[in-house]
This record gives sequence, structure tokens and C-alpha cells, in this order.
Amino acid sequence: MEKGRFGIHGGQYIPETLMNAVIELEEAYNHYKNDPEFVSELNELLKNYAGRPSLLYYAGKMTKDLGGAKIYLKREDLNHTGSHKINNVLGQVLLAKRMGKTRVIAETGAGQHGVATATAAALMGLECEIFMGKEDTERQALNVFRMKLLGAKVHPVTSGTQTLKDAVNETMREWTQRVEDTHYVLGSVMGPHPFPTIVRDFQSVIGREVKQQVKEMEGKLPDAVLACVGGGSNAMGMFYDFIEDTSVRLIGCEAAGRGVDTDKTAATMATGKIGIFHGMKSYFCQDGYGQIAPVYSISAGLDYPGVGPEHANLRDTGRAEYVPVTDDEAVEAFEYLSRTEGIIPAIESAHAVAYAKKIAPTLGKDKVLVICLSGRGDKDVAAIARYRGVQIYE
Amino acid sequence: MNSIEKVFAGGKAFIPFITAGDPSIDITEQLVYQMAGAGADLIELGIPFSDPIAEGPVIQAADNRALNGGFTADTLFSMMLRIRKSCQVPIACMTYVNPVFAYGAEKFMMNCREAGIDAMIVPDLPFEEKNELLPICKKYGITLISMIAPTSGERIRKIASEAEGFIYCVSSMGVTGVRQNLGSNVEQMVRTVKEVKNIPCAIGFGISTPEQAANMSAFADGVIVGSAIVKIVEQYGSGCIPHVTEYVRKMKRAITR
Ligand SMILES: Cc1ncc(COP(=O)(O)O)c(C=O)c1O
Repeated sequence: MEKGRFGIHGGQYIPETLMNAVIELEEAYNHYKNDPEFVSELNELLKNYAGRPSLLYYAGKMTKDLGGAKIYLKREDLNHTGSHKINNVLGQVLLAKRMGKTRVIAETGAGQHGVATATAAALMGLECEIFMGKEDTERQALNVFRMKLLGAKVHPVTSGTQTLKDAVNETMREWTQRVEDTHYVLGSVMGPHPFPTIVRDFQSVIGREVKQQVKEMEGKLPDAVLACVGGGSNAMGMFYDFIEDTSVRLIGCEAAGRGVDTDKTAATMATGKIGIFHGMKSYFCQDGYGQIAPVYSISAGLDYPGVGPEHANLRDTGRAEYVPVTDDEAVEAFEYLSRTEGIIPAIESAHAVAYAKKIAPTLGKDKVLVICLSGRGDKDVAAIARYRGVQIYE
Repeated sequence: MNSIEKVFAGGKAFIPFITAGDPSIDITEQLVYQMAGAGADLIELGIPFSDPIAEGPVIQAADNRALNGGFTADTLFSMMLRIRKSCQVPIACMTYVNPVFAYGAEKFMMNCREAGIDAMIVPDLPFEEKNELLPICKKYGITLISMIAPTSGERIRKIASEAEGFIYCVSSMGVTGVRQNLGSNVEQMVRTVKEVKNIPCAIGFGISTPEQAANMSAFADGVIVGSAIVKIVEQYGSGCIPHVTEYVRKMKRAITR
């Protein structure tokens, strides 16, 4: 009962077949996270392969335009492969290799986690298979081809809603089939213990760097940090080092789709209830009988009916705030940032940009906001064009 | 001896699984009567779940059919109340932890007791998390079945030492579904259980033919067959009853010597 809990959330609700695998993973992780050789190899990869530390960019034009708080962008979009996902993947694939695994599998929504996993697998010489909802393979077709270029096999998942939740189901099923030589590279701060902790630790580099960078540039702590929340990995990475700094507002932006009062939404915190699914106790969009709800967002990476257990606890304790952002607001922010700063954000990250746009004007000019720009928007250009009624061929 | 222990008292047990509500609640009710008559010693009723991660394509599809037909846990409870008027075959319900949790575990188990459900099988509730439901199951006299898998290794001992009713031995890696070849170390798994505790072991996952059932029952106390039966239900729809009944009779015969 005690393992991997964040308040009442978390745990290890998985079939017996997988229990020894997660126990083995926890032992390996606890060993290697303190192994100087492992740590230095990972840091080396983060620096010279992924391009860390990522920049903290002062968005001067946006700040001026909004007329309130100073806005900084944490440029995770500039990482190799184009998103924060690489931080976690380099750590996990390196760990898998140390554990003697020869094959990695992963789910992906937007395809960014799949691309990052395929990349790390190519680099470290592991076999790689990616599970992706069929609908997502269509709306993120570019990333499917990227994964294939990188040597991965991509399985379109046709069960259920054919999106991220179903991709997780299918990857878990695959893992129960073949666990001996295979590591499941989970892509967010979710799933059974120890995944939420491992992924958070590997992503916490984001907030650690931000703290340092804001201190250098502003000589103080930021007043608020914002990140989009799908499973919650970029947000958890951003928040983690600030949890004890209670003056810093932690704001998670979840995908409201067409709105939290419609059934076309993926806003778990706003519309979900406590449940137990995908290995964890947390909040989930579900009906009164515990059937997981089909969710919707324009963003494939946020189109998930649950949220990581540490976020669920940060919400319960009131330490973090979670706000819903609609498709319309996200698309508008996507276009705004492109036009204003010359930076095309991932549609996921645009959810955080949209909320920053709302609150920045209400805050004084002495306040500092940091937005986690979790990924770049190249993958979304065709979908946004379609949203605006323009058909372009990828 | 409780109703679950009695299942294994009279020889090798045959345990068919069907998804409740597939293709309809009426057919499920009829299947329970007919399978009991054909020799089923315990019937496993799956409460459909939207995302059954331990299930292969056959049972996933059955869950979808049942949910699309509007099946809920309440439908199950009212069906069980009707069944218990005339039929006392022991019933174990298989479902995932969320449908129980969302319903309210306390209310769920209270309804189980009222409806005459004897046991629960919850594949995503491993040993480490069993206290999520175990105290409530105990309170209402519902046996919570423990599972062991080919990867369990040394875990078998601690799981077995606290197990009740019977142990569900997962024969093979992966999800439910018909298999040509069953895992090779099931016999050893059963032997390990028996070293720790004298508790019946039933083997499930992959079994479909009378030969496989006979082979497994040489060392196990019972065999569980799911996907093979659900496939018959899928094939014949509302006309499935005679086909399922015949299959159950054949399988029961295969393990009875
Ligand atoms: C760019 C980007 N940001 C955010 C997410 C959402 O994931 P998380 O909430 O784990 O950061 C994704 C997932 O695909 C993504 O690609």
C-alpha cells in the first residue's frame, strides 16, 4: 500500500505478470541514480546529444504586447527531437541498457515521445517498437514517418478510442507478453510506481535549470511557472524544484477541447473523479460505473483521460492550480506566439501559452512568469491549417 | 467449507468464463443455467470494462459488445438475484479495480453478497495493493482470488501463504486468448503453491482444447476457459447456448477420469 504514493494517489495497480518487472526496475533505478558513471554518462548525453541546458528566453515582444508580467519561455522545443520528451527517454533507455534489456517499447500520443524513444534506441542500439492510436497516426503523420526513419516499428492501435489511452493499453499488453528482454519506456509521470518518480526525476532538470536561469537574469525566484498537462511530465519537471518555494505559483494547463461543459474535453482535473487505472490511483475522466470516458482535444499529446498521481496530490493539497484551456484558445495562442515571437510552439505547449496570455496582463510588471515551451510546432502545422480550413499536404 | 472451497472438493473443477451482457443479459442468464447443468463447477462472469488491459482481442470485443448494449454492474446484480432463485452454482466475478472503486467498494461488495456472488477476481490488483479491496471483501464474505503468473518466481510463496478460495494460475505470458502452446512452467508454479499452502490451483489463460484441459488437470485442481467460449458466443450470438453447453460438457468430460 505504501509504495510510490503521493498522498492517496499512485501505487502499483497492474497484473501480477508485470510485478517483478516493476520491482526490478525500481531496484535498478535506485542503484543507478546514485552511480557516478551512470549519472555522468546521462549528463554527457543531455549536454552533447540533447543540447542542454535549454535556453530561457525573455519574450520581450509578448511581454510588451500583454502589458503585465515579464514572460520567459523555457525552450524545451530546442532540444534534440523537438520536445522535453528526450530528457526522460535518454535516462530510461540508458537505464534499460544497463539492465541488460535489448528491446524498448513505448506508447505515444503526439508522436514526440515515440520519436524520442526511437532516437535513443537508434543511438544505443536497441530494438524499438512504438504503439500509437490509429487516429493519432493520422493527425501526426509526420512523426510516424520520423519514427520509421529512425528504425522503429510503429503499430497503429485500433482498439477503443484509437488515441493515447489505447496506445498505453496496448503497450502494457505487449509488455506482459514479453517482459524478459523488454523495457517499457513510459512517456509521462504516470503508470505504476516507479514510473511517476523516475520520469519526474529525469524531467526535473527543466525546473532546476529554470530556477538557476531566473536567478541569474532576475536575481529572484519566478512568481509563477506554467506548463501544459497531458500525463504531466513537462509540468512535473517544471514544478518539482519549486514545490518547497511556496511563493511560486505552479499552474498546470489541461486540454479542455471544446469546453469543460461539453463531452468533447480532456480536462481531467476539471471534470474527472478519483479512480484507479493504468497502474495508478489518480483523477480520471470516467462515468459513474468507472468506465473510462472517451476524451477529446485537438492536441494528441494532451488527449488523455488521466493525470499523473503526483499532480493529483499537488491538486489535493492545493499546492498547484490546474486550469482548462480550450482548442480555440490554444490555436489562437499557437498563432500568436508564431507571429509575435517567431516561435511556433507545439499545440500542447500552446495551451500553457494561452493561459499565460490570460493572466500576464492582470499581474504587475515586476512579476515574472515562466512558460514551459515543451515542444516545437512543426508537427502540428498541417493540423492547424486544417483547423483553419486550409488543406495542405504533409 | 465455503462455497468456493466446495467447488474443488468433488474432483477437478471446470470453470467457464463469459462476459456478462454479451450478447445480452438474457443470454448470459440462460448460459449460466445451461453451463451449470452441463457440469461447470464455478462460473466466472466478466463485468465488462472499457479498457481491459489483461484481455486479448476476443474478450476486449466482448466487453465492447456488452457495454454497447448498456450493461452495468447494476444489471449484473439484478440478474444474479433472478439466478439465485433457482440456481446455486458458485459465481466469481472478474473485473478491473476501477469499476469496483468507482461504484464504491463497500456498496459493490454489499450488493455482491445480496446477489449471491461468491468471489471476485481483479487482475489489476496485485498482492501489494490487495488491501484496496480485501478488508471490504472480508466484511461481506466475498472471497478475493489471488493470481500468480509465469514471472512470479519467489513471489508465489508470499502470495500463496495469504491466498484464499483458490489460486488463479496464469499459464502463459501476455493477455487472455486461445494459445497452441501453454507456458511450460505451470506445473512448477502449482508445486510451489502446494509447498506453502494446501489450496486449490486453477489454471487459466490460453486453454481451449479438451487435450490441453486434460493435461493441465493432471497436476492442477481446475481449469479456466475464457476466450474459447467467448469466441463461440461471438460466432453464434443469441444462438450460442447449445454450442456453449456442448463445449462445457465436452471440457468437463475431458478433465473427469
Ligand atoms: C510537446 C509536448 N508537450 C506536452 C506533452 C504532454 O505530455 P506531458 O503532460 O507528459 O508533458 C506532449 C505529449 O505528447 C508533447 O509532445
